[in-house]
Amino acid sequence: MSPIIRRKGEKFTLPSKYLLLIITILCICLMVVTFTTDLFEGPVSAVAGYVTVPFQNGITEVGSWLSDKSDELAQIRMLLEENQELRRQVDELTIENTILQQEKYELNNLRELYKLDAEYAGYEKVGARIIGWDGGNWFHSFTINKGEEDGLEVDMNVMAGSGLVGRIVSVGKNWSKVTSIINDNSNVSGMVLSTSDNLIVSGDLELMNEGLIRFEQLVDSDNQVAAGDKIVTSNISDKYLPGILIGYISTMEMDSNNLTKSGYATPAVDFQHLEEVLVILEKKQSLED
Amino acid sequence: MIRKFLIGILILVCFLLQCTVFHTLSFGGIKPNLLMILTASYGFMGGRKSGLLTGLFSGLLLDIFFGEAIGFNALIYMYIGYINGSFRKIFFPEDVKLPLGLIAASDLTFNIINYCLLFLLRSRFHIGFYLFHIMIPEVVYTIGISLILYPLILRIDQKLAAHEKRSEKKFV
Repeated sequence: MSPIIRRKGEKFTLPSKYLLLIITILCICLMVVTFTTDLFEGPVSAVAGYVTVPFQNGITEVGSWLSDKSDELAQIRMLLEENQELRRQVDELTIENTILQQEKYELNNLRELYKLDAEYAGYEKVGARIIGWDGGNWFHSFTINKGEEDGLEVDMNVMAGSGLVGRIVSVGKNWSKVTSIINDNSNVSGMVLSTSDNLIVSGDLELMNEGLIRFEQLVDSDNQVAAGDKIVTSNISDKYLPGILIGYISTMEMDSNNLTKSGYATPAVDFQHLEEVLVILEKKQSLED
Repeated sequence: MIRKFLIGILILVCFLLQCTVFHTLSFGGIKPNLLMILTASYGFMGGRKSGLLTGLFSGLLLDIFFGEAIGFNALIYMYIGYINGSFRKIFFPEDVKLPLGLIAASDLTFNIINYCLLFLLRSRFHIGFYLFHIMIPEVVYTIGISLILYPLILRIDQKLAAHEKRSEKKFV
């Protein structure tokens, strides 16, 4: 007798192997659907966001409060000593500052002459706090506490300090997911600031702990690029705004094809201690029109 | 009903801990897999269906927030929960070796599947590195955490079973 057929008076239960089969098919359908469309992005993420984001917010808040407090206690003694030294420095710096201000005035005049813009001070940015990290150990992505409600959209660039962190890959009502440039499956089109040579920067799990990222396909026929040169996002990237600092070249060697170079770079952002990030509210795609 | 509700709460708590608190408690960038402990435990404690459903919802939660495609983690977790359910017949609450062994095996399996599907297919052949820097440390850390978490889950389950038995008697 088939196990699905119900006997009289017995409560109907589905045997687990049939349940397994049904859900397997369902999951595969879901995967195909999410790969090809973004049908589920809206409702699923909205429900999940309502359930978990408030908790994540709370835990992160408490966590950072606790670590702040413990840091404070540990640092009071150190701070007292530092304070004295800093006072001395303040005096020195005030003198230096006045000299610098004069120079800045001169610089501004020169800038106006050259019609140069500040690197990326012009983009409108919004700050966000990181509330959750990827549950596994294979990828480096995180969620932040701002979403659609704050005007965030998919593909917006994310920075921390002065360097590029990554970009937003999905947005919920009050949260969004950011994938970082050190992620193993991320590639960014960059360029060396000093020579404007293009290269591809890609994350690598093997280098993540050493705090490095890989770059390749650098065409440098004149041998002008040196270690320590700045890498910024290139003009030809379709997701990243141009001119955002990615990192500094640390080592470099010629590829076996004798045409291109590849090597390692140090990111400008400390990915191990990220807490708050800045989201640029402008997108590369909408910038042009 | 209470049981389902409680498992739901446990999944949520483990997920939240895993992606907030345990990120700061990570050793060398490695954090334990709490949801795997939960999935495996409810597999061999409650049977195939219970492991299957626990795994499904744990995986779904991970997929929604951090997955590339919804259903990927859900599928892997679900099968791991289901397979753990097959060990219910030889599971005894007094014995701690089988649960810990199963949790370790589950976590290692999950990591190997992850490596094969997400890294090997992108021609990252350096399996030794991934084995010794990601998989083994995660399994060890997970076992360490399950020494605390697993007795807790077991205790909750036994309390609940006792409660259900009592209310059943009252009803009859």
